[in-house]
Amino acid sequence: MLKQKHVTIIDYGVGNLHSIVKAVGNFTEKVFVSEDPQAIESADAIILPGVGSFQSGMEGLNVRNLVPSVKKYVASGKPMLGICLGAQIMLGKGFEFGEFDGLNIIHGKVIKFPVLENNEKIPHVGWNSIYPNADKIWNDSILKNLDPLSSVYFVHSYILVPENNKNIFAKTKYGGYEFCSVIRSGNIYGCQFHPEKSGKIGLEIIKNFLELI
Amino acid sequence: MKNIRIIPRLDIKGPNLIKGIHTEGLRVLGNPKEFAKRYYEEGADEIIYLDTVASLYQRNLDFDLLKTVAEQISIPLTVGGGIRSIHDINNALRAGADKVAINTYAVSHPEFLAEGAKKFGSQCIVLYIEAKKIMPGKWEVYTDGGRERTGLDVIEWAKKTIDLGVGEILITSVDFDGTRKGFDTDLVSAITGFAPIPVIAHGGAGDFISVKNIITQGHADAVAISSVLHYKDYSLKDLKKYLNTENINVRAVC
Repeated sequence: MLKQKHVTIIDYGVGNLHSIVKAVGNFTEKVFVSEDPQAIESADAIILPGVGSFQSGMEGLNVRNLVPSVKKYVASGKPMLGICLGAQIMLGKGFEFGEFDGLNIIHGKVIKFPVLENNEKIPHVGWNSIYPNADKIWNDSILKNLDPLSSVYFVHSYILVPENNKNIFAKTKYGGYEFCSVIRSGNIYGCQFHPEKSGKIGLEIIKNFLELI
Repeated sequence: MKNIRIIPRLDIKGPNLIKGIHTEGLRVLGNPKEFAKRYYEEGADEIIYLDTVASLYQRNLDFDLLKTVAEQISIPLTVGGGIRSIHDINNALRAGADKVAINTYAVSHPEFLAEGAKKFGSQCIVLYIEAKKIMPGKWEVYTDGGRERTGLDVIEWAKKTIDLGVGEILITSVDFDGTRKGFDTDLVSAITGFAPIPVIAHGGAGDFISVKNIITQGHADAVAISSVLHYKDYSLKDLKKYLNTENINVRAVC
């Protein structure tokens, strides 16, 4: 059944979409890369990928006039997954090279990592563990069946700071600093890490996401 | 402490995985696809794929071959060899790369690094340095698989390219490459001493202790290994197990 689900990966001009297309293609035959508002609104699930600055991400959506379609899609309650920059612009405001409005699908902001213990390098590049935020249960989510402390692949200098604790679904620690690595609101998820580059665990997360459909 | 990345490095010539000593005397080891698959299964944190002759003969990478390798894995893949245009980077990404490593062309056109970083983000642009020692504490940048001198000082060059926006540095000691006698710790720590970006140490990986030393003494953020893995001196799994017992954080092999 999964094989026939229509997944749209939004192409808004930021970064490399090939690995996410390949990863999703493991589970469905109907994966489309598109900047067409119609392909967003009619999809069974959408993925907002992206690498780059907050500003470039929002500009990419705005010049293609995709913000209304994404918001309309979100209102439908169907599953959405933001990855890295895609997750960041789901929040309200970004503070990279200035102050910019995001999609505000989940309230919160995106800020730079503070100075870290042992002068740990920024960007945070490499594998790190994710674990549940206090009482948040991973059952019936994109993280179901994963061991807490599963390792996934990160590349970022900015972090997700949701306003409300209920939207912090998983956390990660780097340089002594704990940050939000997965945001959630209902069927809407954003991962700071790259599931499409996170080996078998990452593929499991993508499969779990598609099973939300 | 952060996780140290262990990265098998595949040197490619034509359709084959090869390996030499001091980047010379190349031997054919087999199909790169099979090696990539094995390393992915064994818990590699990333893979580096370098066409060793593309730059020398001013050829392009074999993107079809690259694609067959990329299809085996879903971990980050860094690709290098003859990258000299935005178009080349695009093709590499399209074939499955996540980052590109640039050496030869950057030496003659340093602004290309800035252009690439601007277009694809710093995280996509890896500066690849082939270094030969010229006196204690001093190394010269080489290109074209350790064949051509450049007159550039390794440390000065690394500093300049960081300012241009590269996201990582892959540093190979040509002197130590393929020898399995341990890394050039002085070289690596000379770079990690100032670099605000991750440094991947390569050239000379030997026994377990040599890998531990380049992490604890050279402060490498990641270690690239070829010969000892290709020739199955030991497995990635056993290496990671050892590093864990030595209190070095590495991603658990699942």
